[in-house]
This record gives sequence, C-alpha cells and structure tokens, in this order.
Amino acid sequence: MTKEAITDAIISQIQTVAPEIETDDIRPDAHIQRSLEIDSFDFLKILTALKEILGVEVPEADYAQVDTLAKMRDYFAERVSI
Amino acid sequence: MSQFVMPSLGADMKSAVLMEWKVREGDRVHKGDILAEVETSKGVIEIEVFEDGIVEKLLVEEETECDVGTPLALIRSEGESVSAVPEPSPPPPEPPVSQTPEPPAQTPPPPEAVQSPPQGRIKASPAARKKARELGIDLFSVAEAGGEVHLSDIETAAPPSAPPLSGMRQAIARAMSLSNAQIPHYYLSTPINMTPALRWLSELNASRPIEQRILPAALLIRAVAKALQAVPELNGFWHDDAPDLRHEIHPGIAIALRKEGLITPALLNAGEMDLNRTMEALSDLISRTRAGKLRSSELTQQTVTITNLGDLGVQSVYGVIYPPQLALIGLGRISEEPWAEGDALTVRKVMHATLAADHRATDGRTGAQFLQELDRLLQNPQELL
Repeated sequence: MTKEAITDAIISQIQTVAPEIETDDIRPDAHIQRSLEIDSFDFLKILTALKEILGVEVPEADYAQVDTLAKMRDYFAERVSI
Repeated sequence: MSQFVMPSLGADMKSAVLMEWKVREGDRVHKGDILAEVETSKGVIEIEVFEDGIVEKLLVEEETECDVGTPLALIRSEGESVSAVPEPSPPPPEPPVSQTPEPPAQTPPPPEAVQSPPQGRIKASPAARKKARELGIDLFSVAEAGGEVHLSDIETAAPPSAPPLSGMRQAIARAMSLSNAQIPHYYLSTPINMTPALRWLSELNASRPIEQRILPAALLIRAVAKALQAVPELNGFWHDDAPDLRHEIHPGIAIALRKEGLITPALLNAGEMDLNRTMEALSDLISRTRAGKLRSSELTQQTVTITNLGDLGVQSVYGVIYPPQLALIGLGRISEEPWAEGDALTVRKVMHATLAADHRATDGRTGAQFLQELDRLLQNPQELL
C-alpha cells in the first residue's frame, strides 16, 4: 500500500468522525487532536477504523508517534504488510 | 386511555416538527420505546413513550409542526377495553401529568420573578422589558428620572457589537441567570493524584484489543457515579423548597458540539453501569449528540451534571448548577504537578476536581465527603471495573 493510499485512508476516517473538516484543513505536521478539535473519543474511533482498514493496531504507548497526519502515515507505512 | 403529547426538550423549545412515526396504530408499546422522531434546534430527537400500552390512534401527520403540549397520539393501557375508547376529538385542555417527562428541568419560571426591581418601579413598555431581559440589561441603568423606557432606549444601551443570540445561547442564558439568582452555590475543590488510576488503565488497555479500550473520561464518570451512590444527597433536584433526591443516577455530560454550543445529555442509569458499559454508553452518547440523534429522556432526565473541560487545558472548573439540579462536578485537566508523599516531593499526574453544590440542600461537609470518596475510588481503580 502506498503512502498516498494510507494518507487517503486516514483523512477519510478523520472526516467520518468530523464531517465538517475539509481535506485542506488537515495540515501534515499539525497536531491532529489539537488543531482539528478531535477529542479522545474521536481519536480512538479513527484508530479503531484504521485498524479495520490497514490491519495495524496502534497501542496507547505509541500515541506520540501518530499525533500528526505525517507521523501517522509513516507509522502505518512501516507496519502495513504488502 | 391517555394522550401522548409533544414533550418540552429544553427551555428554548416552543415547538418541534414531527418527522416520522416509529409506530403504527394497533402496535403494542412498552415504556421507553421510541414513538417518533422530531426535529428541534438540537437536531433530531427520538421521543419515547412513558408507559406500556397499545397505540390507539396517531393524531398528527408526519412533517407537522406541533407546539409543546400538543396531543400526538392516544395510548390505551393493556386492560382497557376498546369500546371504552372516547372520541379523541375533544382533547382535555391539559395533558395528563403522567405524560409529561419528568422533571420539567429546563423550564425556568417567569423571568419577572428574577428581575423584578427591589426598589421603586420603572415604567417601561412590554417590548422594552422583554428586550432588556434578553440582553441582560438592568432597566434601572437605562431609566431616566420620571421617563418611560422604550425599546429604543434598550437597544441604545445594548453593547453595540452584541450579535444576535442563538436559541440555544438564549436558553443557556436564562437557565444560568436563574441559577445564579436563586441557587446559593458553595464550591469545594481538591487535587486528586491520577497517577495510580492512569497507570492501572494503561495496563488494562495494553491487554485489550483497541475496540475494548477504556478512556480516562469513562473512568472518571464511572468514579463520579459511584461516589454519588455513596453520597446520594447531591443527586436529584430542588423542588418546592425541599431536596428531591433520586435513586437513579442520570448525569448530564457536557458535550461540545463542533460547530457551536454545548449540550448536556444524560448518561441514563450511569450508576448501574460497570466500566465497560460506561465506556460504550458514553461513546455512543457523544456520537449521537454530535450527529443530532438524542432521545427525549436524555434531554430531560439529568439528575446532576459533570463538566470535563480537561480537553481545553484548564486546571479547575467552577460550574454553575443547572436548575433544579443540586450539584455540578467539574473536572479539570490532568497535568504533571509537584506532589508531596510522606516527606518526599515527587511529580504526579494531578486532576483538580471541583464540586458546585446547592447550599440549601447540603452543607460543605456532604460535599467534602463526596470529593473524598471520589479521590478514594481513583486511588483504588480496580473498584471501578
């Protein structure tokens, strides 16, 4: 899976929990929760949905490695099989 | 035979549109079943029936706007014979008391009671009085000696840039003014060492798949519900100059809407939920609140309020009680702070828990017992499972 496809999957899940967020609002290096007002429940929903799609589960201990779009993309890119 | 009427789902609601019936004539219904969906300024609300029975007749077509109190359906109780059914055409002037969702929590009394001037009397036109109330302007500050106050005087006195208030904002404004005018609040606050609870939660979550993880907010609400069971004097209402305590714990949870405003729907029967159930129910409640899909009971049955402004990074929340409730629990952010243990100074994750309570109903001693129990539970999180 390409990094672009992973990015698209992440953006799509962010927009599923927060439909009013435009793709352009999601800056690659901005803190996802703080910049987009995503609370801990929404964030967990996003990660749960991405586990279904990408097959990778993010442990709580790794949350600091997935707090921006760019970091989250790289995190999944390293772990997604194929 | 009883009438099911359009319930009041908040102080700002005068009417709502009946969007869709969820039952048909002849259907058997049980207490809590969804009868219909109505659309209000808070989104689409599912309204529930308050008794068992059979739907005898639907009185209103779909997509009709109905005032609060309008009869929507006739419900026949199980034993009642069909022949005894009266014609629905002359509806009694007032809905039966049993039909009204209790409590009418968010209906403030006539505002005159709050703002009637203590000395003298100001001559003012009705429109001026109304506008002054809406804008929170004191008529005394506008009145000139001997003159009558007109609407234009009020508008001149209003802050120039004041934007028009949304219905929700106005409802909050009324309830909060009433609260501060009528409820003698007292406040207590205590710092709680959250390190043990958060460590325990991390270990629990590490052993679980992501779908079953528990968030700190759920643990906190579970702890508050359990502490309220130990100190029930804070759960209920102030009605007719006396506390009206409730066995069921329906905490209103302050949930921010993304676009604007805040709703505090009830997490119904939180006292009976274990930690897993609390997490599921809370997650569901937040999703439905933001999607505009709440049930009528969730908007009317709150027995206490929990405000967690931790996400915004404030240390302490000193709340204003939502009348006629007796208390509001404010939970601040969890942050690292210096913490003395024995004679050592360490750093711990600390949360400041604040209680705002109605001094007519309880004293500081009761409030202190509550905060103490909350603290004790969070030092022993396994009791919250």
